[in-house]
Amino acid sequence: MKTFPIGGIHPSDNKQYSKEAAIERFPIPQVVTIPLAQHIGAPAVACVAKGDKVLAGQVIATAGGFVSSAIHSSVSGTVTAVDMKADAQGNMKPCVTIAVEGDEWVEGVDLSTTLVKNITLSGKEIVAKVAEMGIVGMGGATFPTHVKLSIPDGKKAECLIINAVECEPYLTADYRVMMEKGGELLTGARLLAKAIGVDQIYVGIENNKPDAIKALQVLAGSYLGIEIVPLKMRYPQGGEKQLIAAITGRQVPSGGLPIDVGAVVQNVGTALAVYEAVMKNKPLVERVVTVTGPKLARPKNLLVRIGTPMSALIDYCGGMDGVGKVVAGGPMMGRAVSNVDAPVTKGTSGVLLIPTAESLRQKPDTCIRCAKCVEACPMGLEPYLLAKLSKKEMYDEAEKHYIADCIECGCCTYSCPAYLPLLDWLRIGKGEVMKAIRARATKK
Amino acid sequence: MSSQKLVISPAPHVHGSNDTRRMMADVLIALAPALVVSCLAHGWRALLVVAFSVVCCVVFEWAVQKFLLRGPLTIGNLSAVVTGVLLAFNLPANIPLGLVAIGCAVAIVVAKMTYGGLGKNLFNPALVGRVFLLIAFPVAMTSFPEIVGAVSGATPLAMAKEALKAGVPVSEVMQSVDLGDMSLGMKNGSLGEISVVALLVGFVWLLVRRVISWHIPVVVLGTMALFSTIMWGVNPDAYMSPLFHLLSGGAVLGAVFMATDYVTSPMTTKGMVIYAVGIGFITMLIRLWGPYPEGMSFAILIMNSVVPLIDKYVRPKRFGVVKSKK
Repeated sequence: MKTFPIGGIHPSDNKQYSKEAAIERFPIPQVVTIPLAQHIGAPAVACVAKGDKVLAGQVIATAGGFVSSAIHSSVSGTVTAVDMKADAQGNMKPCVTIAVEGDEWVEGVDLSTTLVKNITLSGKEIVAKVAEMGIVGMGGATFPTHVKLSIPDGKKAECLIINAVECEPYLTADYRVMMEKGGELLTGARLLAKAIGVDQIYVGIENNKPDAIKALQVLAGSYLGIEIVPLKMRYPQGGEKQLIAAITGRQVPSGGLPIDVGAVVQNVGTALAVYEAVMKNKPLVERVVTVTGPKLARPKNLLVRIGTPMSALIDYCGGMDGVGKVVAGGPMMGRAVSNVDAPVTKGTSGVLLIPTAESLRQKPDTCIRCAKCVEACPMGLEPYLLAKLSKKEMYDEAEKHYIADCIECGCCTYSCPAYLPLLDWLRIGKGEVMKAIRARATKK
Repeated sequence: MSSQKLVISPAPHVHGSNDTRRMMADVLIALAPALVVSCLAHGWRALLVVAFSVVCCVVFEWAVQKFLLRGPLTIGNLSAVVTGVLLAFNLPANIPLGLVAIGCAVAIVVAKMTYGGLGKNLFNPALVGRVFLLIAFPVAMTSFPEIVGAVSGATPLAMAKEALKAGVPVSEVMQSVDLGDMSLGMKNGSLGEISVVALLVGFVWLLVRRVISWHIPVVVLGTMALFSTIMWGVNPDAYMSPLFHLLSGGAVLGAVFMATDYVTSPMTTKGMVIYAVGIGFITMLIRLWGPYPEGMSFAILIMNSVVPLIDKYVRPKRFGVVKSKK
């Protein structure tokens, strides 16, 4: 069975808590707070003001540049504020706050669940629609999808890869979409393939989800050129570079992009959003969020309107008793949350509640040179060395040892028997090195 | 709800089961079968030497940290216990306890703590202690107790070396050697090295628990086997067989437990292979033409000194540097 070539770890997947919970529609809250920067790139520019009436699906902020994304209202109601609000980490960010009144949608949105498979738009029209509907990468990186679908001059896409790996422990949002909305997902994949002008589609799924593999294999029979590729479970297989290598055997060169080896990777959630945008005319205003944790009373997969406070989801699933840490996303790469009243955004794949006992890190000990970090690094780096160089601020040396290749997957810290915060140091070093690289580029 | 204090830290938010103390405990478990065989062969004296050595190592490490370094105490991570057991495994079972204490002092105080303690030492502490004793007290270190049923006198390696030097043909030397007994523990030698089978059981445990990878032990023994096969093939009358070399002396103990010491071995798989080839090669050079019958300890210490150089020049295989397939 296929997998990526170097390093990797095997954390327990802990998907049992929420994997059987069918997607459930979360009730619309009374107030939603919709951030204007839910994507990588320039923040969107608000086009509504306090007091305005808005409908669900209505544009409330337009893209602030090419690498940016439009934002739509997820509810109908009255805009009560366009101001700065604290995000999940407590940083003040521009947001539109809307008091909810009913659930009225803009005209033209098809809210039925009928599967529409017949693709009539051209590739260009699909890309335009994706941009108009505010679709971004929903695996967590939130890179604007229309940008990723615009193949740069001189490059050629050869295949589309659907990232159905969901290698983060605990998360099951993508898994539920595969089980319940397979037809929509595969139609979305065909739309994405048409947008980049390719025929071949690979859907990479790890072998800890045998029923998803089986379900999609059955469905794929009625689509052209879709191959379901079972992958041997190993983290970080959902990393873009690792997934491409696992499926095609091609390695994205150091410093390069997936398109350099002819691949475009899109996540399951994104494919579903693209289907809804193009076939149903529905902007990205809701997403599936896994709310889970080892001690949580009712772990669930919820279909949530963007802007709903995370605390509402937590209350709904059993509350914060005994919780010491809240993570937006998965436990390997998600971000710790200090403000649970912050809203669910386009990139929130999960809300993970970690019990108090497991919240604090262990006290770091001394490095015993066991080489577990070197063995675990999927990029073939030497984390122990890079951490040391970064600690000593020897950034030139760190650059020569390819610190810029680090994908911040966390395998090194996870494997370290001395509990050293290796990735913390690598992030600092990588940040400095990237700064230096950018400075050199502008000088030239 | 927002008033509840939450822990904030960067990802990852989960940690694997690796833990310094757990891995050291696994090494101790892996050493247990050899200790049991040694007790069967040598009686309680073997256990006494091991226990005394462990106590000395732990006390010395504690004392240095408490009174000299005045820093944190780290004896809880069990590394001093492992050093104590490994040093005892490299001593004759009838060694005077005073010498054991001296060996422990050299191992812990000189070879480990002067470098800064666990993780910083250049040389394998147990082997430094052992080689110090071998040079300072050669007689006590090379008089081994006779094991019931085994050939009396020196170790098989020493005996073979003397006999070959005197011109006795290999076939005659082999008459006094039973390779089956040698692998089970019926041979004279250091406390922990006598049973190859027990040591290999420990090796399997280390592999199963993923404490070490197979590379260093297999490559060390493979290199020794290759070297001795060539010499044996050239002149089977003057050189012992590869099987004899692998089963005798500290070959397996050294390859599995001494050469794989994390602190003093390379960080990359490629580096480990280079290091292991060096150990196997130097061991055979000393065994065949050097002044000592056994060369494993010296070979490991020599290669320990090369590790920083290996780590500087040998890089792991990076992602994204192979040419993409067309």
